[in-house]
Amino acid sequence: MRYSGFKILKEALSGHKGWTPAWRDPDPRPQYDIVIIGGGGHGLATAYYLARQFRQCNVAVLEKGWIGGGNVGRNTTIIRSNYLLDGNEPFYEFSLKLWEGLEQDLNYNAMVSQRGILNLIHSDAQRDAFMRRGNGMILHGADAELLGADQVRREYPFLNFDNARFPIKGGLAQRRGGTVRHDAVAWGYARGADSHGVDIIQNCEVTGFRIENGHCKGVETSRGFIRAAKVGVAVAGNSSRVMAQAGMRLPIESHVLQAFVSEGLKPVLPGVITFGAGHFYCSQSDKGGLVFGGDIDGYNSYAQRGNLPVIEDVAEGGMALFPGLGRVRLLRMWGGIMDMSMDGSPIIDRTHIQGLYFNGGWCYGGFKATPASGWCFAHLLATDTPHDVAKAYRFDRFRRGRMIDEKGMGAQPNLH
Amino acid sequence: MNRLSTGGQIDRTTQLRFTFDGQPYHGHAGDTLASALLANGVRLMGRSFKYHRPRGVLSAGSEEPNALVQLRKGGRQEPNTRATVAELFNGLEAASQNAWPSLKLDALAINDRLSNFLTAGFYYKTFMWPAAFWEKLYEPIIRRAAGLGSISTDPDPDSYDKGFLHCDLLVIGAGPAGLAAALTAGRAGARVILADEDFRMGGRLNAETHGLGDQSCADWAAGAVAELASLPNVRLLGRTTVLGAFDHGIYAAVERVADHLAEPAPGKPRQILWRIYSKRAVLCAGAIDRPISFANNDRPGIMLAGAMRAYVNRWAVTPAQTVAIFTNNDDGHRTARDLLAQGVDVAAIVDTRVDAPACDGVQVLAGAQVVDSAGRLGLKSVTVRQASGQEHRLRIGALGVSGGWNPNVALSSHQRGRPEWNEAIAAFVPGGILPQGMRVAGAAAGRFSTQGALETGAGAAIQALSDLGKTVQAPDFPMAEDGATRITPFWHVGGTKARAWLDFQNDVTVKDVTLAHQEGFRAVEHLKRYTTLGMATDQGKTSNLGGLAVMAELTGQSIAQTGTTMFRPPYTPVAMGALAGRSVGRDFRPTRLTPSHIWAVEQGATFVEVGMWLRAQYFPRADESDWRQSVDREVRATRGSVGVCDVTTLGKIDVQGRDAAAFLNRIYCNGFAKLAVGRVRYGLMLREDGIAMDDGTAARMAEDHFVVTTTTANAVSVFRHMEFARQCLWPDMDVQLISTTEAWAQFAVAGPKSRALLQKIVDPEFDLSNDGFPFMACGEITVCGGCPARLFRISFSGELAYEIAVPTRYGDALMRRLMDAGREFDVTPYGTEALGVMRIEKGHAAGNELNGQTTALNLGMGRMVSDKKDSIGAVLSRREGLQDENGLRLVGFLPKNPQERVIAGAHLLDRGAAPRAANDLGYVTSACYSPTLDSYIAIGFLKSGETRLGDVVRAASPLTGQDTEVTVVSPHFVDPKGERLRA
Amino acid sequence: MIINHPLLGPCDAQEFTYLGDARLIDRPDGMADGAEDVFYDYAYLRDNPAGQHRELWFHEAGDRSWLVITRNTLTHEIISVELARDVARKQGRSL
Repeated sequence: MRYSGFKILKEALSGHKGWTPAWRDPDPRPQYDIVIIGGGGHGLATAYYLARQFRQCNVAVLEKGWIGGGNVGRNTTIIRSNYLLDGNEPFYEFSLKLWEGLEQDLNYNAMVSQRGILNLIHSDAQRDAFMRRGNGMILHGADAELLGADQVRREYPFLNFDNARFPIKGGLAQRRGGTVRHDAVAWGYARGADSHGVDIIQNCEVTGFRIENGHCKGVETSRGFIRAAKVGVAVAGNSSRVMAQAGMRLPIESHVLQAFVSEGLKPVLPGVITFGAGHFYCSQSDKGGLVFGGDIDGYNSYAQRGNLPVIEDVAEGGMALFPGLGRVRLLRMWGGIMDMSMDGSPIIDRTHIQGLYFNGGWCYGGFKATPASGWCFAHLLATDTPHDVAKAYRFDRFRRGRMIDEKGMGAQPNLH
Repeated sequence: MNRLSTGGQIDRTTQLRFTFDGQPYHGHAGDTLASALLANGVRLMGRSFKYHRPRGVLSAGSEEPNALVQLRKGGRQEPNTRATVAELFNGLEAASQNAWPSLKLDALAINDRLSNFLTAGFYYKTFMWPAAFWEKLYEPIIRRAAGLGSISTDPDPDSYDKGFLHCDLLVIGAGPAGLAAALTAGRAGARVILADEDFRMGGRLNAETHGLGDQSCADWAAGAVAELASLPNVRLLGRTTVLGAFDHGIYAAVERVADHLAEPAPGKPRQILWRIYSKRAVLCAGAIDRPISFANNDRPGIMLAGAMRAYVNRWAVTPAQTVAIFTNNDDGHRTARDLLAQGVDVAAIVDTRVDAPACDGVQVLAGAQVVDSAGRLGLKSVTVRQASGQEHRLRIGALGVSGGWNPNVALSSHQRGRPEWNEAIAAFVPGGILPQGMRVAGAAAGRFSTQGALETGAGAAIQALSDLGKTVQAPDFPMAEDGATRITPFWHVGGTKARAWLDFQNDVTVKDVTLAHQEGFRAVEHLKRYTTLGMATDQGKTSNLGGLAVMAELTGQSIAQTGTTMFRPPYTPVAMGALAGRSVGRDFRPTRLTPSHIWAVEQGATFVEVGMWLRAQYFPRADESDWRQSVDREVRATRGSVGVCDVTTLGKIDVQGRDAAAFLNRIYCNGFAKLAVGRVRYGLMLREDGIAMDDGTAARMAEDHFVVTTTTANAVSVFRHMEFARQCLWPDMDVQLISTTEAWAQFAVAGPKSRALLQKIVDPEFDLSNDGFPFMACGEITVCGGCPARLFRISFSGELAYEIAVPTRYGDALMRRLMDAGREFDVTPYGTEALGVMRIEKGHAAGNELNGQTTALNLGMGRMVSDKKDSIGAVLSRREGLQDENGLRLVGFLPKNPQERVIAGAHLLDRGAAPRAANDLGYVTSACYSPTLDSYIAIGFLKSGETRLGDVVRAASPLTGQDTEVTVVSPHFVDPKGERLRA
Repeated sequence: MIINHPLLGPCDAQEFTYLGDARLIDRPDGMADGAEDVFYDYAYLRDNPAGQHRELWFHEAGDRSWLVITRNTLTHEIISVELARDVARKQGRSL
């Protein structure tokens, strides 16, 4: 079914009887060419691009709960490609380009809104670092713009310019950055994959891999064994648990990141803004809620909830940056499990087990990567070679000393 | 007017003036804005989010979805305030929101007419063409229409506090269960905190008319509160909402200290965030009544029956002169009885149960349903379909709806415990794993009678104290009503084509749930996210279950199988200001001042934030108009004679013990075991992954005593790292560490005249000659006639230089002495800018080079990493990726035109190479104008840099439009052989 | 969270800084043959369990003790708190 304004009109006049499920609810078949574990954003995008781009339609996505229930359903919806390092920037720029055409491609309005992202600068050293980053972005074909303090003030006059502990000295803007309605991304990919014949199987938990002579033959699930020539794992928040079933230990720790939304407000914040002297970033959703977050709590956790010190720290950052926030009420907070890798960058790679592929370690940056992650993982699964923009995301980079460490924090995941 | 002539817990002797949308009204002390508006005959209080439907109050508490108003003006403007919890005060200014041009005539009510097109999720299916129109056209329209209230963006003028409280037992909610729990534990001497969101404790006891023993229940509650107030071990927190249950018995609560006042009393905060550390907690949060969906069930005047009863009993207000009740349980009848008792005309009780009981003085329509309503800005009539199928109209001004009560389980599931379905009361009760130390009592646990609340409240307190080793008897509470819950679940009136609301604020109707089901959004989370059910400011307190029930019906599953979505903190929305407390404005973070700060202020220095520190950046003179003039002068003066800089901010770590040298030998990648006493060595620390972590010096003051310095930025993390090595890696080494950053004031005294200057300060018995105290010497000395000091002959500037340290309390005095003594040499204080220029001139790495991504090899110090010993980071630094022969190397750059600025952060390209990443050769890390060379200079990392000395490359900064040709040179611009610092 | 410090009693976790898995105590011998592979495993690979996790916390705003805390990563329940130095010694670390 093709969605359009005309279709809505037609349905409205005929009692909305014609709408059909956005995706089917099939029973698993005994065998697929490719099985994707994880019905989150990355898994669904992988399935979609496998079908659409690589003509691999005998594909199933297995989801232990409901699709889109992982981090694609609990994030702060930001898209951007303002990365520093060569290993990352082409990948995220590829992703941003995919975002730009996503809705027409999917025939699904995910509300990709290129309202711009602004990273604030509060010191000379920070400006030097952002200059390096912004110049690198431009060399990679992305857009970047350096703003002086006066320009920032023109665009965000209500920020704290006059009584700040760490005065705003400028900012690095990426105008093509912005936000996307996160749930719609999962649904749009699911609908698109389904329309190409991909089976999306909810409430189907993988309980083990069948590995014979170093070859992965399929997966044991709560709904029986499913044979597959290739198995791709995209289970952010559960990477270590799932891969342990294949006997692998990962360069990953799982941490909790909290995020927050305020009550709805009439438009106040034009774009995405990031405080450079504390842990706070914020945008305003189309519904009017301020969506914001800060640092991870800092300890290993699978609890999907955090604690007060970080909540207070985020509020302090918010008030320090935007003193008019005082009477805005925080409505809801939640926590997601971040699979924090040892250098802060992800992994899209084959494993040492034939037929078993892994996609994970996205830290808290997986949402913006969704289209490119899906595309590149599909590329790897379909062709057995890494996509050019994801060729640095290998398992062996740690052993070889080729880390992609944007923040320069080393092998300590909670600092990335 | 709708104010009843008698009753209510209001002070009729005080008249409070207030305005709503500019219209003046009166109310009484004890009123909420909602009760006062109802008393004045105002039913229309707001507009819904999507369809802009006219709305009045639904509830009498914090669960209110409809009556959201904007209070106050300017920086105090407060959007989305629930009128049901806004305490009335004299002069209160309230305004409606989300309506234009007025509440009564709202242009966007057009959406209501278009509702057939604006179904759940319609926006996912359209607005896609052309792509650029989303940001330019569709989204701005949607955003302007969406949102609720607005803020002024002026800074909030009020202050907020934070506090910490500790208790044996935290009681959440001061209704019958909470009062019973608090009395039980309080009388036993336990430390009790009783918190309630209301401004009057007592909970539902204030809204009911039954007796408790020989008292009215409200009087009993008042007596109980008075007794608790008299107990020194009990702390009552009224107007305090417990927002969230966090780990290990920690609760967050916000006390609204001044929201019931025009503005906070001088010096007082508006609100306080309490972090409550409880050994045990009892959740006595009561229950929330729930609506029944039927066509047009959202009109002003249609409200929850329990709320209607509260308005009549507690506030002596009836929402209209003639009312009716729509119920599926006995509690609706209780509302009718209380209304009758107050002389309100009750037209009928419409009871969905065919076996509905009779009710004295009012007609009960058993097996009947309310199927529609009428009245655009306020209810005028409802249509009732009798059991026989016959329909008739009831002309009423208000309808009380009772679909049963939901235990208020929110806090019990903040740690992801899933509530369980209880068939007897047709509601979810707390289940799964409760937060550590929490028990639940009273209506929150599904015990809806007052007697049940008292018993379970006391019982929970007894159990909690028993956990803590205290045996307590149950108090002898008077007998109270103990009626059983009689309910036949009924969720929505079917068979209608009109919209029947489930989520009032977000305009989610039964049709939307049906559409979600039809399109496959059947999981509760999909339902929620697709329709926005339960995502309004009330977090679905009155709407979630209704939506789940409709979905359960459609899927043929039970409600228990359908499940619930997660309850998340905060329990009710909380002001950001309260969460931030005092950490706002310039107090966002502490400010650390150097020992010479006051002196520098006197000199008119310009300061700069360096982490938490405030450091002198440069010292402008009256005749200098540009910072560069000052910095150039400071550099020239230092290199020409002598300059002084406060370097106290560098981290200092005292390392003592028999194994101190062996310890440092493992911490630094270069050797330290053989460093002689009285000598200093530059040291480079690696992280275990082989990347450079920090650099500094270690001075061996004695065989078993070193003084280690770190960079300012890494002072804390290096100390932590060294403690880790000491305690976790080599626990038996005889070595002790103490951070002495704050204990010693330290000054760099640099320049050819530095020795001469110091000789005037250092006591004469100490030999400062080049032989007596050579480059890289250190020692304990005295200055100024006996003041203890440490002297290090180290140089960051590349000049003959020293760093001298005295106990911090003498720092200010030493600075002044140095300035006095140095007058004959024209001594010049210099700040961080000149410091930075001189270190770039000398080619020393600093933060921009030690950025956590660079190795010793990158920094030109590859040979420092010893392979003769096991030091942290040495092994992994040998990985092939970190030993790349063609990798980045630190080099210097001189622009071909000396007056052309080189940009730090520029990328390096070969001449003629296109500005593309594939041609990227590295980047400039630090750049400055060198007054010594009369040229801009820079250092940075260049691929194979050491093989390219003399080549010309480009420092390109497309971000700023600069592209500068530079010659690759050694990073040591000044005195590369180090002759000056050895002079 | 509240950490029951073996020397100081209950302290708010906010006083502490977290490092990670307590196996970081087991630093291999850097002079041994094949150290690079062993160090790779030590520095980068983690069990990352959903359940009981032994982990290192530093009492940064307190007595500067490193602690080994056994904590459930699903519920945040703390099962035990030990001085890391004692643990290190028990595991045979010395000089």
